[in-house]
Amino acid sequence: MNAETKAISPNGPTELKLTKKDFESDQEVRWCPGCGDYAILAQTQRTLPDLNIPKEKYVFVSGIGCSSRFPYYMDTYGFHTIHGRAPAIATGIKITNPDLSVWVITGDGDALSIGGNHFIHLLRRNVDINVILFNNRIYGLTKGQYSPTSEFGKVTKSTPFGSVDHPFNPVSVALGASATFVARTTDRDPAHLQKIIKRASAHKGTALIEVLQNCNIFNDGTWFKYTDKNSKAENVVYLEHGKPLVFGAEQDKGIRLNGFRPEAVSLTNGKYSEKDLLVHDEKDTDATYAFILSHMMDNPNLPIPVGVFRAIDKVCYEDAMAQQIEASKEKFGKPDLQALLEAGDTWDVE
Amino acid sequence: MSKPVESLKEATIRFAGDSGDGMQLVGGEMANTSALIGNDIGVLPDFPAEIRAPAGTLPGVSGYQLHISSFDIHTPGEKYDALVAMNPAALKTNLENLKPNGILIINVGGFKDRNLKLAHYDSNPLEDGSLDKYQLFAVDMNTLTHKALEELGLSAKIVDRCKNFFALGMVFWLYNRTMDHALSLLKSKFSKKPELAEANSRALKAGSVYCEATEQFATSYEVKPAKLPRGKYRNISGNTATALGLIAASQKSGLPLFLGSYPITPASDILHELSKYKHYGVRTFQAEDEIAAICSVIGAAYSGSLAVTSTSGPGLALKGEALGLAISVELPLVVCNVQRAGPSTGMPTKTEQADLMQALYGRNGEAPLPVVAASKPADCFETAYEACRIAIKHMTPVLFLSDGYLANGAEPWPIPKAEDLPEIPVNFAKDPESFEPFLRDEDTLARPWAIPGTPGLEHRIGGIEKEAVTGNVSYDPRNHEYMTRMRAEKIEKIANDIPPTEIEGKKTGDLLLVGWGSTYGAIKTAVEHKQKEGKPVSRIHIIHLNPLPKDLGEILKSFKHVLIPEINAGQLVNVIRAKYMVPAIGFNKVQGLPFFSSEIEQKIDEILESK
Repeated sequence: MNAETKAISPNGPTELKLTKKDFESDQEVRWCPGCGDYAILAQTQRTLPDLNIPKEKYVFVSGIGCSSRFPYYMDTYGFHTIHGRAPAIATGIKITNPDLSVWVITGDGDALSIGGNHFIHLLRRNVDINVILFNNRIYGLTKGQYSPTSEFGKVTKSTPFGSVDHPFNPVSVALGASATFVARTTDRDPAHLQKIIKRASAHKGTALIEVLQNCNIFNDGTWFKYTDKNSKAENVVYLEHGKPLVFGAEQDKGIRLNGFRPEAVSLTNGKYSEKDLLVHDEKDTDATYAFILSHMMDNPNLPIPVGVFRAIDKVCYEDAMAQQIEASKEKFGKPDLQALLEAGDTWDVE
Repeated sequence: MSKPVESLKEATIRFAGDSGDGMQLVGGEMANTSALIGNDIGVLPDFPAEIRAPAGTLPGVSGYQLHISSFDIHTPGEKYDALVAMNPAALKTNLENLKPNGILIINVGGFKDRNLKLAHYDSNPLEDGSLDKYQLFAVDMNTLTHKALEELGLSAKIVDRCKNFFALGMVFWLYNRTMDHALSLLKSKFSKKPELAEANSRALKAGSVYCEATEQFATSYEVKPAKLPRGKYRNISGNTATALGLIAASQKSGLPLFLGSYPITPASDILHELSKYKHYGVRTFQAEDEIAAICSVIGAAYSGSLAVTSTSGPGLALKGEALGLAISVELPLVVCNVQRAGPSTGMPTKTEQADLMQALYGRNGEAPLPVVAASKPADCFETAYEACRIAIKHMTPVLFLSDGYLANGAEPWPIPKAEDLPEIPVNFAKDPESFEPFLRDEDTLARPWAIPGTPGLEHRIGGIEKEAVTGNVSYDPRNHEYMTRMRAEKIEKIANDIPPTEIEGKKTGDLLLVGWGSTYGAIKTAVEHKQKEGKPVSRIHIIHLNPLPKDLGEILKSFKHVLIPEINAGQLVNVIRAKYMVPAIGFNKVQGLPFFSSEIEQKIDEILESK
């Protein structure tokens, strides 16, 4: 650890006195007007000063796709890489330089199709990296093919008769890969987005943020049910640790468990009260509960959870590796190149 | 009443048995012991890709060949002086190369009807006279091993497994080798199972005592130590030498070593070896696949490590796209490709040098990178070191080529002095005033290495074309051409560091042999023989395959004929023809086996006689 590194203080004073401007690069942002990406970029630039991490410690790594242009617009270290491979490249950065704050910017196609393998293994290893997954359920950069999160039956350029692929649910996939931090937010809720970015940064281990994001060119309105102010309250339940799952414009509905199945119940008809509802527990080390939450998205009769699904402690890959190196140094002593070259059976020729 | 000892200048011995018989272990131990007493050695492990093919079958045969000598040798030998065959399948697949009147040690216990049938023998060769032209020693190793271990009360299965050491004991006696090293090897190998150490030690001694006591063997042999240059030696395989070369480069550059790799034959031992050296600060990362392996390495290079990935041909194919990224962002890293027979899965345990084209061109777009190739197992050390040096100095990925023959082969290595290894200077960019991500060094054209965490150097890189100097994204057509030419020129400039090519033999003449990679030993031996016969033959060996040495064109044009033997269908020969417009002749073997020097000698004669 570099001695100069300041502790991360999500809500504390920003000793470094950085501002949003410090994180804006001189490059012209080139996304389609109205793209959800702008909001995510702006909220990230707005949040980083609060994290109190020196600017030069940030690295943003991306794959390929509209979202993956993101690093060019950040005045930090940035690496725009290749299709789906950002998690692997970020892993190399983080485990050789654990002092850095490493962020992966990716999309639903990049992370879950071409990079699916790297995505699950990053989460499994629990490398201390933050992943922001922009999910617009479409391939934007290649102009409108269906993605691994697109609905079954989705009509696109490559599926004129409707897609016959079943979609992935990023939160379920992440939990299946033993992710230690999983959260969901939306591009149209700046305050929540900021809050989740801070939580992810504070988490030690891989943190996945799924951002439901709009592509107004190829998949306009795909999440509006959950992001539009008129429909949001009825279709979204905010997760807060230790609090019951209540939703609705009047906070008049809740989620209870019927066996293993979640169901939406009314809190006004006298049958159920808050004490019958699920109480959110992001610290549950058993993933069953988090899975139940993640699959609420697949049930059209339920609101979708937004917030932190899971945040548990587990040793990070790079820490375990560093410990082995230290233990090894203690056991075998200082490196001695000559001794290494001469190891094993040797003989002298006179 | 000890038996007479005959002195030999050299001997080639082959151990052959079922893949579960432990032939690699005892063959390797014979090689180690011989190296320790000062012989020069060359070895060729030759084993099936299957972990364990059905016992007794022809595809299940595992062989270990070694050449021991009292002079400087360059190959694992051709025809064997002695063959140990543990079963009929081993006999059938190896007998062809036993010299007439050669020593043939056969384990009679392995020659049951069932095994004869599995090896497709119609009659028992021990009985039908077909082995009459050899010095046949038929010994029931199964029974003798059982008798020797009787008192230990071990299971029959365990005792059966010790017969390889009985065979080794026989070969030790035959070539007058001391048992000391083998005994201490057994002790350490089975430190947690002392009963196995004891059992194998007894089998070893029993094999030796048997030869001394029985009437079967009249003579034993000795091969005196070779007159190698003075110094401290160890026996080393190509993969171990590669791993040590990488660690040495890490120590000499002061950069921590990071290896991201995915297991693949025959490269895995580089990963295994480096995993042991955590106390040298070596980080090894076993990735989820080949692509992740090289990508993790790109990340490690970006953040300031000496970053290396190791693989074999099919793995290199998967790494192609990421390698293009590393070329585009101009980061230093080393890719070790231990070639094997292809295409596709090919023959994973058999050698080939058929990835040269893949190394030179196997990427999209204009994507040149330096390629170096090791020539002998021990040379993997220097060549891996050289690959690191080039990568760091010139800010580029470098491809290091080895192959299955070098990787598993072993030879005595004069251990270098760490202090004599050339320093590898590293200059990380630090100064925000003068920093531009793609501002090039005037001499090398290398861009600065600016690692994350350095205040004031925040910048963005990526696979998209970059504007010269600033590194900003650029689609300007002229800039793309300029950057393409700069990247190529940067690689060409590496030739300035390549020492003049050494010509073995006269500087002009009728025939020049050009070799690269593991054909070194066979070509060198062949050319030395022909030169002794007074033939107008010379030889050069190319370590740097891209860029090629500056003096190469001049040298090629000084000879009437140029012959390029390769373990592929003709790859370097095409490069040479295209670049220098000389009518070089290809000589190619694609059998998953190294050249015999006799094959090359024959080809030399053919060319000299016909023209």
